[in-house]
This record gives sequence, C-alpha cells and structure tokens, in this order.
Amino acid sequence: MRLVTAIIKPFKLEDVKTALELHGVEGLTVSEVQGYGRQRGHTEVYRGAEYQVDFVPKVKIEVLISAERAAAVVDALVEAARTGQIGDGKVWVTDVEQLVRVRTGERGPDAL
Amino acid sequence: MVNTGDTAWILTSAALVLLMTPGLALFYGGMVRAKSVLNMMMMSFGALALISVLWVLYGYSMSFGNDVGAGLLGNPTEFLGLEGLMEDTTSETGGLPVMAFVGFQAVFAIITTALISGAIAERAKFGAWMVFVGIWVTLVYFPIAHWVFDFTLTDGDGVVTHVGGWIANNLGAIDFAGGTAVHINAGAAGLALALVLGKRTGFGGEAMRPHNLPLVMIGAGLLWFGWFGFNAGSAVAANNTAAVAWVNTFVATGAACLGWLLVEKVRDGHSTSLGGASGVVAGLVAITPACSAVSPLGAIPLGLVSGVLCALAVGLKYRFNYDDSLDVVGVHLVGGLVGTIGLGFLATSAAPAGVDGLFYGGGADQLWRQVVGALAVLVVSFVATYIIGLLIQKTMGFRINEDDELTGIDSVVHAETGYDFSALGGGGGSHTQEHALPSRPTRTARAAESAAPAEPSLFAASLPHRSTEGA
Repeated sequence: MRLVTAIIKPFKLEDVKTALELHGVEGLTVSEVQGYGRQRGHTEVYRGAEYQVDFVPKVKIEVLISAERAAAVVDALVEAARTGQIGDGKVWVTDVEQLVRVRTGERGPDAL
Repeated sequence: MVNTGDTAWILTSAALVLLMTPGLALFYGGMVRAKSVLNMMMMSFGALALISVLWVLYGYSMSFGNDVGAGLLGNPTEFLGLEGLMEDTTSETGGLPVMAFVGFQAVFAIITTALISGAIAERAKFGAWMVFVGIWVTLVYFPIAHWVFDFTLTDGDGVVTHVGGWIANNLGAIDFAGGTAVHINAGAAGLALALVLGKRTGFGGEAMRPHNLPLVMIGAGLLWFGWFGFNAGSAVAANNTAAVAWVNTFVATGAACLGWLLVEKVRDGHSTSLGGASGVVAGLVAITPACSAVSPLGAIPLGLVSGVLCALAVGLKYRFNYDDSLDVVGVHLVGGLVGTIGLGFLATSAAPAGVDGLFYGGGADQLWRQVVGALAVLVVSFVATYIIGLLIQKTMGFRINEDDELTGIDSVVHAETGYDFSALGGGGGSHTQEHALPSRPTRTARAAESAAPAEPSLFAASLPHRSTEGA
C-alpha cells in the first residue's frame, strides 16, 4: 500500500479529482495549506506599505492506493495538476505499513 | 411653533452621525490584525457609551453654555443634566427644539473621540482608554467645540442673548461641520497618543496587514452614508445650505477617492480597495469644514488634492518612525488641514457662507483666519493630549505588556476572540461555568443539588468537570 501526497495549485483541485476518479481512486483527503517552494511568495501593498507574503495558499491531497496502481495514479495526478508555470507543486509517495477501516475493522489492502 | 421639517431633518441627521461611530468601528476593525479586531471595535463602542452619559451630564453645557470668558469655554453648570431644556421654547428659539440640537451635537463629540483610537490600535489597555476618553472629551473636545460651533446670538433688537466661542465669533474662521474641532483635533490628538504609547512590537518589520478588507469597505460605506448627516445636518435646518452642503460632500468624496487611487496606480502599480476606502474618508474629511463655502466645482479640486496628499501622507509614519497605526494623522489631520485651509483659497461668495477666498478675489483675509483657526486647534489639542496621555501612562499605565500584545489584545483584555471558522468549532473546549450573581445559585449548582440523590452516571464519573450535565 502507498500514500500519495500532492501539493497543488488550489484551482487545479477539480481537474485532479476528476483524473483520480478515472483511475479508480475511491477516496481522498483534501486540506487547504500554505507554504513556499522555490517560487517563494508575492508582495502586497497596503496604504503604500509593501509586505512580502511568503506563504502561498496551496491544496494538499492525500490518496491511499495499492502498490501496483501507485505509479499510474501519480502519473495521472501530475498530468492533471500541471500548468507549466512556476508553483505547480510536488507529489511524493510513501510506504504505508498498516491500514484499518474504522467501521468494519478490515485491515491491510482490504481496507483500501 | 416647532418647525417640523427642520426638526425631522436634524433628528435624522443625528441618527446618521451616530451610525458613523459603529461604521468607524468596522472601518478600523478590519484594518487591524485578526487578534485585535474586537478591542479595536470596542474602543469606538466604549467612547459611544461613556460620552453619551457625559454629554448629558455636563458636556452640552461646557460646549454650548454661555461663554465664561474670552470665548474659551461654555458655562458648565448652565445646562447641567439638561434639566431645564425639556420645555418647548421653539416660539422664541426659531422652530428647532433645543433637544434636537443637543442630540445632534452629542454624536459629534463621540465620533471625534473614537477617531483617535486608530492611532493606538492593538496595544492600549481598555480601562486606560476609557479613562482617557472621559478626560479628553472633557478637557479638549468640549471646550474646542465651544470655540468652533457655538455662535453668539442676538435678539430682534440687536441685544446679545448668548455669547459663543472665539474661533466662530471673534476670529471668524469658517468651519461648517468640524474640520478643526473634529478632524484636526482628532488627528493632532492621535499623533500625541501614538508618541506617548510608542510603537507596536514589530512595527516596521513584521507584516501588519489588514485582516478583513470587506469590513473596511462596509465601514467606509457607513461613514460615507452617515457623513451626509454630519455635513448637511450642520446647516441645523432643512434648507438651501443643507442641500448645497450635501452636493459638495458628494462630489468632493468621489474626487478624493479618484485621487488616492491614481496615486496608488502610478506609484505602486495597483489601485487597492483599502486605498479606495481611505480616499473616500480623506474626501469626506476635507469637505467637512468647506461644504457651505465652496461651489461644487470648487469641491472637486479640494477633494482631489485631499485624496492625493493623504495618500502620500500615510507614508510619513515610516519615515519619521511613529506608529500611527491606522493613519489618523495621515487622513484626519492632513485632510482636515487641506479642507480648513483650502477653503481660504476656494471659497466663493456664491456659496451659502458668502465669502470669497484667494482664488475668487477675496484676498488673504479669509485665508489667514483659516490658518490661525487650524493651527490653534492643532497645537492646543496636541499639547493637551500629550499631557493627558503621559499622566495616564505614568499612573495607571496605558499599554498592555509585550507578551499580551503578542498573544493578542482580544483574548487577554476581553477574554474573547473575533472569529471561529474552524470545522471543529469552540477550540475543542467545553462549557465550564456560568457567571451568575453570587446571591442566587447558578443553574449548574441547582441541577447538581437536585441530582444529588440519584446514581451518578457513567458520564459524570468519567468527566468530572461536566458532571452536572451528565446528571
């Protein structure tokens, strides 16, 4: 089992969700996050005073998926999230040691 | 006989001007950081509450009582408690019940004092602010309102029946609705207090950007709306002067908003919503003293100049390193000076005030009166406020400590936070205690008593702090 974590541009969420559904992903977790990468932040001006805003709003997606399907899901996700501009985000994959479905108590791949 | 038209308009105007103070609370509240929004709004509401009472007790009398000498102060005991003012005397006084005028002038005292709070945002003890409000309005506003707004009256035979203040009567400066008494006064006081309290922790380094610009826009809208009562109501009648003041107020505000936005576009590359809201206020401030003295075509350059100069002036605090947090100086002092002195240039005898300024062939006669009036109020307000502020700072302390400031003044001073947007809500807490009067048992205590004989429930055992709810 794998955990796919992606940081993407907020307005790409709908595209990514659609792409993941097409690849059989049956559930995901979304959070609104902020941070920066090489893109850094932007400047805002209030009554002539300039402020550097370092943290850019992003969306974080977490998807649990079987090991076999992880590569295809990552490809689909990256494809859907890309605009080609700076700040498109990152995707990483980690191993998942244990998984439990809370309602039934199923464990491992059965809980996916 | 009561003049019903005048009375209806002045009572309406008074209510409009009252709404400006909650409007100011929104305007200022949106501009501070999220952790300070409630305190910022409470500074306005606190001033509203306290001055309402002081005005009735002795404020009206200090401002509009018969002069005690040299045009400096109204007799504080003449109308003490307003007891003698309930009788209908409109047959002698010309149609407007005195109480309508009392109410209209009361809300000016409140908004003026509330304006100062923007200069010391996010760092003043609420109790110290309330003490300041009481002392300042008594020692600074009430006398200055007498100087500017209290006109000497004569009866039909030319006998003086009431002696007013020196700026309105002896100097003859024109201040229709409060460029000096309200805006220069509040601006100078704001500068003095900002110097007494010192800068917010992190000023000039940390990002202290407005937390809610839609609140600022709503506040600016309410100020704009209420200001028509402020200026057109200052005719103290439903007449031609009120109508001219209304239109001048209207057009100067638009011009000032454009001026501010243009400065931003040229200098920073963007016209901002905060700039638009600020430009509106800058225009309203500048036209306040001048709205009976200029023509609509004169009001446009007056507003435009105010929008441009105020937009540039709000940067002064960074150059001179004082933390006038919400630009009371940059907007109200500068805008008040533009309007008060500007009318010395732009006044036209075709307008209701009937005076020609420098640009209309009137020479410098009105101009020097305007400059003297403006500087007198500026200096007196600054010095008096500095002393009052320093006394409060040295005795009860004016500032919250640095830890509390970093934590946030709302939670420390008011035990509240402005927003709870999280899905979890309530910050993961539980209802712990009701603060009822000590003499009667609280609901939780009564519930505990009646539940005592019963078996304690599982909940009660596992969650002792919620035992009464479990029972």
